[in-house]
Amino acid sequence: MIILGGRAGVGGAVRWAALPIAIAALYGTWELYVWLSGIEPQVLPSPSRVIREGWEFRSDLAKGAGFTLRETAIGFALSVGAATLLAVMMDFSGVIRRALYPLLVGSQTLPLIVLAPLLIVWFGFGLTPKVLLVVLVTFFPIVVGWIDGFAATENEASNLLRSMGASRWQVFRYLRFPNALPRFFSGLRIAITYSVVAAVVAEWAGARLGEGLGVLMIQYEHSFRTDLVLAAVFVTAAVSIALFLSTYGMERLLIPWYFRTRRHG
Amino acid sequence: MANAPDPPKIEARDLHKSYWTADGPLAVVRAVSLTAATGEFVSIIGPSGCGKSTVFNILAGLETADAGSVLLDGEPIGARAGAFGYMPQKDLLFPWRRILENTMLGLEVRGVPRREARARAQQLFEAFGLTGFERAYPSELSGGMRQRAALLRTVVQERDVVLLDEPLGALDSLTRTQMQEWLEEVWRRFRWTVLLITHDIREAVYLSDRVYVLGARPGSVQTTVEVDLPRPRTANDPAFLAVERELTEALRVETRKAERDPAVWP
Repeated sequence: MIILGGRAGVGGAVRWAALPIAIAALYGTWELYVWLSGIEPQVLPSPSRVIREGWEFRSDLAKGAGFTLRETAIGFALSVGAATLLAVMMDFSGVIRRALYPLLVGSQTLPLIVLAPLLIVWFGFGLTPKVLLVVLVTFFPIVVGWIDGFAATENEASNLLRSMGASRWQVFRYLRFPNALPRFFSGLRIAITYSVVAAVVAEWAGARLGEGLGVLMIQYEHSFRTDLVLAAVFVTAAVSIALFLSTYGMERLLIPWYFRTRRHG
Repeated sequence: MANAPDPPKIEARDLHKSYWTADGPLAVVRAVSLTAATGEFVSIIGPSGCGKSTVFNILAGLETADAGSVLLDGEPIGARAGAFGYMPQKDLLFPWRRILENTMLGLEVRGVPRREARARAQQLFEAFGLTGFERAYPSELSGGMRQRAALLRTVVQERDVVLLDEPLGALDSLTRTQMQEWLEEVWRRFRWTVLLITHDIREAVYLSDRVYVLGARPGSVQTTVEVDLPRPRTANDPAFLAVERELTEALRVETRKAERDPAVWP
């Protein structure tokens, strides 16, 4: 939890201040460098310029971000559903596991940069290729989270349930599934961080004008608006970070016991 | 057969079990026989690796014996699965379930409606000293309370026989002594038929009507000691000490045998 910093207590204020100070230092150095070197804004704009121009074009950026977020959300929802279904099937059947796991690993070796334009060729400039790319990038960490979580089930706990007369499905429902939830969330967190970038890459490869942060970046680049390219980059980062942080909220809502258990050791 | 005595509640006859290892078969249980009448408290002690837990696993239906039979009320167990409530050493309370939900797990598994399961578990909370902790999570309870919750989860299933596999083994000694006294009280109140595995001789004498001493592997019953002392017992009573000495001696002989013949199996 690097981003969230440490817990309150001795030195808590210093820890909370560490991130703002680091950002301020970075900002200052960049601003100073641009000012002192007199570098062209088309090559490297100052951060204040990025913010100013980004604000100027806020409605375009917000509209683009809306498209990107929509693609991300649909893709991610499909991904969670598909990954969960696959993981459960793999948990119940060794044959399915042996057949699918290598394929899943293989799917992660496909170079996105090549795949994205192909998906555009196959599925056009609309929503479909973006959603597919998000699914492709995000489902693997989620499947792995589930499978590791299922595998982390204590044998003794399974035996206890079996001694109660539990069926295989009941062992899954009462034990393996809830037991896997914390690791599922770890996988979810990794996946959601990549998801926005996957959507942006797909847009970059081809989208209608203005429909997504990725295509905005290309438009700005072609008109030599480096400041706006960077503004779009920062919006992308902000959306990714916001989604990443939201997983902690989801976790607290859905598995509150996990935090109590950790707190009490 | 009219004047035949009632069969014991539970009888294990001549149980055998071997495991396959790289060096060939390893016998862990050999000709173990034991009985418990309804409402009896019976303990099993023996050196480490003498197959005590294997016997329990066979009774709980987690493993099958190579030979021998288990009778319940004089009938082979095969037809009546799920006769045993099993409590392992670890409490194994699920961290995502509150205490009340944990204790009703066995009932839920058997398909008892949640409302009824909840009510049946709730009834026992007072006797188990858990009132007020129904909605707590396991991590919020002390070790002793967690073991009591685990025992509640076991007995609320109302199985014929309760199997306790070193239920107090992981507790500190003060909590352990308190739990032994509490277990004795609650057992006298409910009169479950109990089989207990323990390493603690004093615990066995304090709680049991009968103690089986298993020999070094392959485990088989070497000594049976009837403990015919009034309850509640006190550990400094001469009769208590005599039984304790007898068991200590029997166990010492077996442990020495185990050391002379080092085990391949842990």
